[in-house]
Amino acid sequence: MTHIAKTVAALRKKFPDAVQEVIEFRGETTVVVDAASLVAVCLFLRDDADLNYNYLADLAGIDYYPDEPRFAVSYIVYAMTVNARFRLKVFISGDEPEVPTVTGVWPTANWYEREVYDMFGITFTGHPDLRRLLMPADWVGHPHRKDYPLGYEEVQFSFNWREVDARKPYAKE
Amino acid sequence: MAQLREVETTVDELKHLFSERAQTGETMILNMGPQHPSTHGVLRLLLELDGETVVHAIPDIGFLHTGIEKNMEAKTYLKALVMTDRLDYLNNIGNNLTYCMAIEKLMEVKVPERAQIIRVLMAELQRIASHLVWLGTHAIDLASMSVLLYCFRDRERIMDIFEMVSGQRMMTSYIRPGGVWRDVPDGWIAVVKEFLDYLPTTLGTYESLLTDNPIFKQRTQGIGYIGAQDAIAWGMSGPSIRGSGVNYDVRRAMPYCGYETYEFDVPLETGGDVYARFRCRMREFHESLRICRQTVERLEKTKGPFITNDRKVAPPPRSELATSMESLIHHFKLWTEGFSAPKGEVYAATESPRGELGVYLSGDGGPKPHRVHFRCPSFSNLQPLDYLAEGHLVADLVAIIGSVDIVLGDVDR
Amino acid sequence: MGLEQKLGNLGVVTMTLEQAVNWGRTNAMWPMLFGLACCAMEMISTQAPAYDVSRFGMELMRASPRQSDLMIVAGRVSRKMAPVLRRLYDQMPDPKWVLAMGDCASCGGIFNNYAIVQGVDEVVPVDVYVAGCPPRPEALIHGVMTLHAKVRKEKISQWK
Repeated sequence: MTHIAKTVAALRKKFPDAVQEVIEFRGETTVVVDAASLVAVCLFLRDDADLNYNYLADLAGIDYYPDEPRFAVSYIVYAMTVNARFRLKVFISGDEPEVPTVTGVWPTANWYEREVYDMFGITFTGHPDLRRLLMPADWVGHPHRKDYPLGYEEVQFSFNWREVDARKPYAKE
Repeated sequence: MAQLREVETTVDELKHLFSERAQTGETMILNMGPQHPSTHGVLRLLLELDGETVVHAIPDIGFLHTGIEKNMEAKTYLKALVMTDRLDYLNNIGNNLTYCMAIEKLMEVKVPERAQIIRVLMAELQRIASHLVWLGTHAIDLASMSVLLYCFRDRERIMDIFEMVSGQRMMTSYIRPGGVWRDVPDGWIAVVKEFLDYLPTTLGTYESLLTDNPIFKQRTQGIGYIGAQDAIAWGMSGPSIRGSGVNYDVRRAMPYCGYETYEFDVPLETGGDVYARFRCRMREFHESLRICRQTVERLEKTKGPFITNDRKVAPPPRSELATSMESLIHHFKLWTEGFSAPKGEVYAATESPRGELGVYLSGDGGPKPHRVHFRCPSFSNLQPLDYLAEGHLVADLVAIIGSVDIVLGDVDR
Repeated sequence: MGLEQKLGNLGVVTMTLEQAVNWGRTNAMWPMLFGLACCAMEMISTQAPAYDVSRFGMELMRASPRQSDLMIVAGRVSRKMAPVLRRLYDQMPDPKWVLAMGDCASCGGIFNNYAIVQGVDEVVPVDVYVAGCPPRPEALIHGVMTLHAKVRKEKISQWK
């Protein structure tokens, strides 16, 4: 049995209610868990002697607007000694979604979770330092949400050159 | 004037990051601002200093945040490829490659062998070019100016090679989904071979200048130590983690583009300090040269297409457009609407000169990506800076930042 | 100049004050180290031996704005960086010039979105724009020479 198959079986056995779905797509395995038992699942993955998932490769947020549940956080965990990796996914919705933090399990999640908070507005409960990371500290809004506009400036062609130029702010000395 | 707000961050807001001694004024909080010659880009560091010793070094990033991930959602897959060049601006080919690998994985497109060989060759040349910049800037931070000028002189040769094949020195956008943009021109392989013969002599010069230099060793040995377990916990990758003895290289762990068929070693050092990471990268030069020589040999023997035959993804050659109606329709559809990827999510990773570069791509059945997320190595490598720099002098901090080899385009995206 | 023709090779050159001062300003214009992103790599390549810009007196990149004349904004300016840019520009002593290098500094480049200032002339007054993504070192040198030509034509009334 491959390491990943072993992992999925162990997860189903230990957390039968938490594991919602297992997806196999293009050779990758995704295990969907619910947010409440996320930390327990992650601790089990890291500390269990057979599984040994000690490396968090990636933590990303996705916005599925207008589908529900709207947000998802994807964790790509990697067992370095066995060279096996799979994806853990958590779905949340609501206007102020919350997910428990995994910085206690893998310290590298610190900045990744700050970035997801900054870009999507997902609060990570228990995070030691949840502030904006990439945008200025007083920015309003969460840019990577689908209902946040791209914020592009109208392109100046020759037919609208003067109108756009009048609106454009120029620096005076 | 555009809206400019100055945001004052006071000690109160960031109290939890600094020690109690900062409250009483026993230690000083100094701003190593976004514009600084040694931060290798726009990185702001909030330093809590006890005299000259660093107690805390908190990075404040986001000064180069470009919103590339969101901007790519507004463009078709091929147009978004142009933006990937600009992420980690020293690893343009690698960014293109990782993004194209994600698209190919999602759409199950097979890349022909000649294209794989060209991809490997370009990626390794890009690794050499990136390490040359690292070496030059690291050396000048430690007061060796000649190495900077020598490294950029050598880098010009690689840029000439890139320009011959794609027309652009840096932002080539040469690697396209399904293969590469066009086949290599005549005489290109000869230029590459000449470069591969030339580089070892200059590498010998750099090694003789730096590796056994007592001043260099004094400034780098014992500085910025991180152990293997801590490096894994902090999610570091690339030479930064291999300098601590962890044998993790994406080219070996998840081979791509035929890397499992090439003979090369993965340099591993156990020192864990700045000097070990330096030695690791210096050895990577030689390994990249080895791979390049093997690819050049194979390229001379392998004939074949340079891009996939799947016309739904790759454009047909222009000569066919005059004779085949189907080709014209494919060309039209690709250039107006773009190819559509199925619904699903994939993750593809490559070994960039800095570590594991991953692309998490989510398609929704349309011609534009639903979500592209880049797992950038410098982002994870920069996080433990506070841990690495504690107890060192400010001058050592400069050496540590150089050894971790961050590129702010990678960190901020 | 008529004096020189009559006196021959006496080792004396006459010129107007404007010409003399402008010549002095152009021949040793020190750029400030303001490389932000990819254009910074081409800026460093311009100073590298292959496209040596020290022939124009600019090999010395001063990190401190107080000691520099020319700010080459090389790279994309994000909204978080814009106040810093303005502050550095204000810290530079007169006479100062700004060269917007690359498409992102000139007009926002390919990044037409919430995070990037669409052209650095929204923040500081720009003298020369150099197009390219990134501009070749030769293009940057052409931009510098254009700036030199512009400075040479300045009149006393325009001096700061």
